[in-house]
Amino acid sequence: MTTNCEPAPSERVPALVEQFKGGLAAPICLTWEWTYACNLSCVHCLSSSGRRDPAELTTAEMRSVIDELRAMQVFYVNVGGGEPTVRPDFWELLDYAVTSQVGVKFSTNGLRLDAERAQRLAATDYVDVQVSLDGASREVNDAVRGHGSYDMALRAMENLAEAGFRDFKISVVMTRHNVPQLDEFAAIADRFGAQLRITRLRPSGRGADAWHELHPTDQQQREIYSWLVDRGDRVLTGDSFFHLNALGATPLPGLNLCGAGRVVCLIDPVGDVYACPFAIHDAFRAGTVRSPGGFAEVWRSAPLFADLRTDTSGGACRSCSAFSSCQGGCMAAKFFTGLPLDGPDPECVKGHGASALPGLDRGGLPRPAKDHSHGGQAVPLGMPSVRVPAKLCDSSPLADTA
Amino acid sequence: MTAPFEPGRGYQLNPDVALRPEPFGALAYHFGTRRLSFLKAPDLVELVRGLSAHRSVSDALATMPDGRRDAYLRALAALAAADMIVPQPSRSEMP
Repeated sequence: MTTNCEPAPSERVPALVEQFKGGLAAPICLTWEWTYACNLSCVHCLSSSGRRDPAELTTAEMRSVIDELRAMQVFYVNVGGGEPTVRPDFWELLDYAVTSQVGVKFSTNGLRLDAERAQRLAATDYVDVQVSLDGASREVNDAVRGHGSYDMALRAMENLAEAGFRDFKISVVMTRHNVPQLDEFAAIADRFGAQLRITRLRPSGRGADAWHELHPTDQQQREIYSWLVDRGDRVLTGDSFFHLNALGATPLPGLNLCGAGRVVCLIDPVGDVYACPFAIHDAFRAGTVRSPGGFAEVWRSAPLFADLRTDTSGGACRSCSAFSSCQGGCMAAKFFTGLPLDGPDPECVKGHGASALPGLDRGGLPRPAKDHSHGGQAVPLGMPSVRVPAKLCDSSPLADTA
Repeated sequence: MTAPFEPGRGYQLNPDVALRPEPFGALAYHFGTRRLSFLKAPDLVELVRGLSAHRSVSDALATMPDGRRDAYLRALAALAAADMIVPQPSRSEMP
């Protein structure tokens, strides 16, 4: 199975990159987060999730957005959260989307994927599942995602594999601690008949704090690049490593392009539309699906998106020999590390970003617009049922995953 | 997976495929394989939409400007390989 974000090689036509810069009639890679509620408290959560937001879209509003997506011919959405499966109406909405010809790939930590659910999912066309795992060992994974999260994810994978769900995705955010485990991740994917997907750690959400300690070293970036070049198309990346293209003559598969507002955007749980899933900040908020014109109007007419669809100046990067390879890198990574948007990426392989990073005092950096983190001390991870909600909206509003 | 492309036969858009109009042409989505393809010119989109009205691909191509037929033939072959267009049912299979 191939998702819209990750077109097969035969479909990658370089000239299209230029076309894509001007934006499409509708996104081809839409991330839609269904709730801020989550049973986990991962240190790098890009949406600072934990507690449900009382203003989250209602079931009726969710269905109305699905109707819009159908009309716009958005054929596939990436559903995330939070943990989307904690929405009580999760399965109902999943069915509604699928029967509306809006396919769903949902990301989950595995919470609701028991044997019975796995069987139902395996029998449902047009649904794909992505299980998050950030360590190929319990120690490495649980240090980032919390105690018990490794076993929960592995149990979900076993259930999917036993149910005959082929090619589900195992999604890994690459950190300093798991780069040495790349081959082990691949072995886990092989064991379950799954497909490995690795993506870049962004300094977004709680990741803004964790990034400085967790992001791969320069040497590890070269390892990731070489490993991906060797693996070819067997590993998905969501095109997230295009900033590494300047490392060698072989470009990584995928669109070498920041798709924010052009082919990509995010709808958050309260219906706000952002340029990309890693940019939950007012500077990148284009509008809300609750406005009269709905999502379509935001996608077509938001001034922010119009701006993102014009060619960037490239700024300080324009004179760099690698600019055509990396295109200046990731907008969100620059923003949340305090770098100018028309300058180098913080992980610029030429080292231009690292030298420009602010020093130890990061007090002035932009903060995420919304923080739904569980309060108080770090929350022990595990099943939400064993946690006593401090407030009503601490309990999960939504329900299961695929 | 798919039969070899035969321009002497009639083809049509696969019923499992939807075309979404885009500024550059169209985006084709295959609901069965979940693959995307890009039709990079508006007249290629028209050609694909109109394929079923012609008895053969060659007939359909004859409506296009001379200089572009080879390029469109290659594009159609790629679309056939991706199962985006499929042979028309033969006459005997028709109701």
